[in-house]
Amino acid sequence: MSPVAKRKKGKFSIPSKYLLLILTCVCVALMAVTFFTDYSASPLNKLVGYIVVPFQDGVSRIGTWISVRIDELGELRIVLQENQELKQQLDELTVQNTQLQQDKYELNNLRELYKLDEQYSGYEKVGARIIARDSGNWFHAFTINKGEEDGLAIDMNVIAGGGLVGRIIDIGPNWAKVNAIINDDSNVSGMVLASSDILMVSGSLQLMGDGVIGFGQLIDSQNTVKVGDKIVTSNISDKYLPSILIGYISEINQDSNNITKSGKITPAVDFEHLEEVLVILKIKQQIGDK
Amino acid sequence: MKRNIILFLVMLCGFVLQTTLFQTLSFGGISPNILIIITVSYAFMYGGKCGMVVGFLCGLLMDIFYGNVLGFYALVYLYIGAANGVFHSIFYQDDIKLPLVLILVSDFVYTFICYVLLYLLRRRFDILYYLKYIMIPEVVYTIFVTVFIYPMILFLNRTIDDVERGENKVV
Repeated sequence: MSPVAKRKKGKFSIPSKYLLLILTCVCVALMAVTFFTDYSASPLNKLVGYIVVPFQDGVSRIGTWISVRIDELGELRIVLQENQELKQQLDELTVQNTQLQQDKYELNNLRELYKLDEQYSGYEKVGARIIARDSGNWFHAFTINKGEEDGLAIDMNVIAGGGLVGRIIDIGPNWAKVNAIINDDSNVSGMVLASSDILMVSGSLQLMGDGVIGFGQLIDSQNTVKVGDKIVTSNISDKYLPSILIGYISEINQDSNNITKSGKITPAVDFEHLEEVLVILKIKQQIGDK
Repeated sequence: MKRNIILFLVMLCGFVLQTTLFQTLSFGGISPNILIIITVSYAFMYGGKCGMVVGFLCGLLMDIFYGNVLGFYALVYLYIGAANGVFHSIFYQDDIKLPLVLILVSDFVYTFICYVLLYLLRRRFDILYYLKYIMIPEVVYTIFVTVFIYPMILFLNRTIDDVERGENKVV
């Protein structure tokens, strides 16, 4: 505070070393409380939910709006340029169009056939938008704009584009924090779809740069697992619903113990350009649940 | 009172921008650390006490949204604020070199603490990799952003000082 203001007020006169001590004690107490108990700071979550999230939502909405407008402007220019050429090519294009429509019909049929493959399309889902990302560079959790008020709860699975994104690990009334499976502190129990071998998919910051996730603890004595095999979430996972696509094996190596194998998985989701996600409104049943 | 509300708004803006705008402006997945700029600037301009409170609140905000344990980031930011408060006695408004150095050192210490406590303890030993791809880029980007943000904070605080001084004169 400026010297003038300080002389006038002077009611807050705790020496700074005591302030440091008090705040340190508060921090340590908070850490102890959250570490040793299940108390998840819900009043604080609610408070910041009403203060911060509307701003984040607004700013990211403005950002999206601007980027859409810029895209539109760029497209408009290209369209105007191409208009002349296109008029000349109209006849040719009509023929091509007929051809393409036939192809499209075929493509839709094939896509529908492909969709039958995905068992989890039966779960009830709700769409949500990513409004903010982890402020540090060490972890890559993100915040979505739906929360308890929309029926979400901790441990619900989050998917996008047909693949697993992560799960909700913290929640407020109008926001939820999602821990992505590529995150360094994330471990998912997975399964090779073809052979039902169980493996452990663990995110890693080092591998994230290459766009892959690591896996390990794969016991494959028959050597049946190959590069390109589909990895889905396993039946024995605590938090994840079974048979959600994680990705495809891109590399397998024998571990030095000659028993297990490890390697890399290319995730099914493009984590770099994630904007909208789907939250599955079903929590994996736990032992002891009704 | 007015000053505290503005301080709170500055922190809020910093956090919101850091989690939204600067995430889209990130280079190679690295975004600058705005909260550390705010913490160090206020500690440097107004002394340790102010730095401690600002650091504590900034850290708490990060803890609530992205921390695994409530209070971890708050503690780290608290001590960064307190340490930078020591340099308040050599604060000159027109000097930008010292705050740049302070923010550089603080941000490096901050990312290093994060590495040791959040990564090294989980047996991620490849320190050179993390140094090269996370810590150094973050520090460099943060310094770059500081060049624009620090004068803004300085200008804001100078304006508030002027307004308050004017009010005192009238009374």
